[in-house]
Amino acid sequence: MYRYDEFDATFVAERVKQFRGQVTRRLAGELAEDEFRPLRLQNGVYLQLHAYMLRIAIPYGELSSKKLRKLAFIARRYDKGFGHFTTRQNIQFNWPELVDVPDILDHLAEVEMHAIQTSGNCIRNVTADHFAGAAADEVADPRPYAEILRQWSSVHPEFSFLPRKFKIAVTGAERDRAAIQTHDIGLHLKKNAAGELGFAVYVGGGQGRTPMVAKKIRDFLPEADLLSYCTAILRVYNLYGRRDNKYKARIKILVMELGEKRFREEVEAEFPRTVHPTAELDSKELERISAYFAPPSFETLPKISGVFEQAKLDNAAFAKWARVNLAPHRVDGYGIVNISLKPAGGIPGDATAEQMRVVADLARRYSFDEVRVSHHQNLVLPHVKRDDVFTIWKVLDANGLATANLGLAGDIIACPGLDYCTLATARSIPVAQAISRRFADLERQHEIGPLKINISGCINACGHHHVGHIGILGLDKKGEEFYQITLGGSSSESASIGTILGPGFAGHEVADAIDTIIKTYLGLRHDGETFLDAYRRLGPKPFKEALYAAPQR
Amino acid sequence: MPLLKGDRFIKDSWIRIDGDADLPFAGDILVPFARLLQNWGEIARHPGLVGVVFPNSERAEALQSFLGRLSLIVLPFPAFTDGRAYSIGRQLRDLGFSGELRAAGNVLPDQLQFMLQVGFDAFEVPDRFPESVWQKAARSMSVSYQPVPGARNVWLARHGAPGGDRDDQDPWFEQPHAG
Repeated sequence: MYRYDEFDATFVAERVKQFRGQVTRRLAGELAEDEFRPLRLQNGVYLQLHAYMLRIAIPYGELSSKKLRKLAFIARRYDKGFGHFTTRQNIQFNWPELVDVPDILDHLAEVEMHAIQTSGNCIRNVTADHFAGAAADEVADPRPYAEILRQWSSVHPEFSFLPRKFKIAVTGAERDRAAIQTHDIGLHLKKNAAGELGFAVYVGGGQGRTPMVAKKIRDFLPEADLLSYCTAILRVYNLYGRRDNKYKARIKILVMELGEKRFREEVEAEFPRTVHPTAELDSKELERISAYFAPPSFETLPKISGVFEQAKLDNAAFAKWARVNLAPHRVDGYGIVNISLKPAGGIPGDATAEQMRVVADLARRYSFDEVRVSHHQNLVLPHVKRDDVFTIWKVLDANGLATANLGLAGDIIACPGLDYCTLATARSIPVAQAISRRFADLERQHEIGPLKINISGCINACGHHHVGHIGILGLDKKGEEFYQITLGGSSSESASIGTILGPGFAGHEVADAIDTIIKTYLGLRHDGETFLDAYRRLGPKPFKEALYAAPQR
Repeated sequence: MPLLKGDRFIKDSWIRIDGDADLPFAGDILVPFARLLQNWGEIARHPGLVGVVFPNSERAEALQSFLGRLSLIVLPFPAFTDGRAYSIGRQLRDLGFSGELRAAGNVLPDQLQFMLQVGFDAFEVPDRFPESVWQKAARSMSVSYQPVPGARNVWLARHGAPGGDRDDQDPWFEQPHAG
């Protein structure tokens, strides 16, 4: 895991001091709200419906037990005893007082954390595969690149007032767990025929009101050119991105309006001019950073763990959990434990301070002190001995953290919606809870198989509804909430945007509608065919007929 | 409106030429970009220094052939949230412009250091802030991950490269690409 040196620490400390001064000036009335707004946003502070919200950066979703324990402390001391993990691998607290925020940031700085650029029209927290360094299918570890991008983009003088927010994601495996094709820049770390590392560069993906799958503008960018090339992309965007309409200000619109070819030409023309004066240094720095991500000292273990196999035979609930929540590790005898933050009827992504402490202890004891946050709003223990998995499961189970639904119907992504957010047009959480209760029967979830249900409370799509296998979008029609359903979205390496099925549903009808869609799928699927595959084969027709032809039950 | 340069408010001695007003016989003139294109012959022969007000909707390369004759480029920020001029300023320095690069429009203390870091060295600022506010703002961060003037560069410092160990950073000098 990356550790701050004196410079990183100075940087964060000075940034907190600067923001403390800005808050003081704001509270004293010396700084107008209009002038303060972009400053607080770039330090993670939103003004929500009921209170300020503080969003804390968790770069590429990586936490240590110490960091997670600090988040638990903040939840208890400054919030109502819980925090909400987000689809950007961050955490947000919904109830802090503005006057406390600089103190919270000081607490964070103690454990090498901050809230820099978790909001605002700047380069946001860089995300990566939550299985980085652990996944069996990984070509190279994306984290050193995510970290160098984090540093490079932090308080970047040229790119702090972009037309709109800017999101970068990195993956190092063919199987895309980081949703890179729905990012402003998506980087796929890979090897060329000569065995050298580089990136396929995708630009202009995104969700919101104009969902788009990104365009690949480079098939192989040598790793040494990463920062120069990103500078070129950002500069073209900063100069020519639209600023007249905030709904058309993301880079995807620029790529669409210029066309893929012209956009690429602009970037390639700018690229030679952006060569970092310290380009050679970048590689030294990358080397330095990479050392922090050296694999932990794994033991040599047999592939099969007798303890684990026996526990599965003895305990059906554990076996069911292990089937979906345990992912294969690159090292024999190890596994990746996924902790679902989606209990039946719960609020997706929420964790109590106590749960954070429990996970922190498990990480320290069993996972080389590492925890990850996934963009599915779950937690991950990336390096666990299979021998220890049953012990871990018992602790998780005792703390409401062992829901066996990873990647299944109950593993719903949802934004905070109208319960918290000023932008929302409808509530997301109650709809997520209703669906989660409807599919509470784990037996049935396992029978249905892999399924991503994503819910957004407005067109901005923070709940990623466009790329849900089943997407739900909450809208407002003459003061009534109603929900549009889309099918066939995906954020994987075969990314696609879902198609709207037909007229929307009232909030209380949504769970029934999802049930109808699932029953239709179960009736039509081939052997072993997932929901997404079946939809891609069948198209929307049978689902439409089932939903709209017959009256709802 | 004070002109801030080198930590001080100084007198702005440039003569602004609006629209198609006649050029004076002497003195340093500041002309709109459109006028520069229109009357380049006449402007180039002007006995004083020449400056241009360059809108942020233009491409930096449009000024390239004029750079040798220009001593001042004024880049307006129509709103402080409109960040185009940061990139244009950077590009102009990279193109070799070593004269005065001045930020105008909605210039506020909280953005001063960014502007200095991309290559601006003069600022038309609102009256409501005293010099001391600007002096402090120019030094609010002492370190940067970018190779910028006025802050210790983290990567240079880490790897012991020249320039990384300096402690006497003056935010007003050493434009890295100037000239």
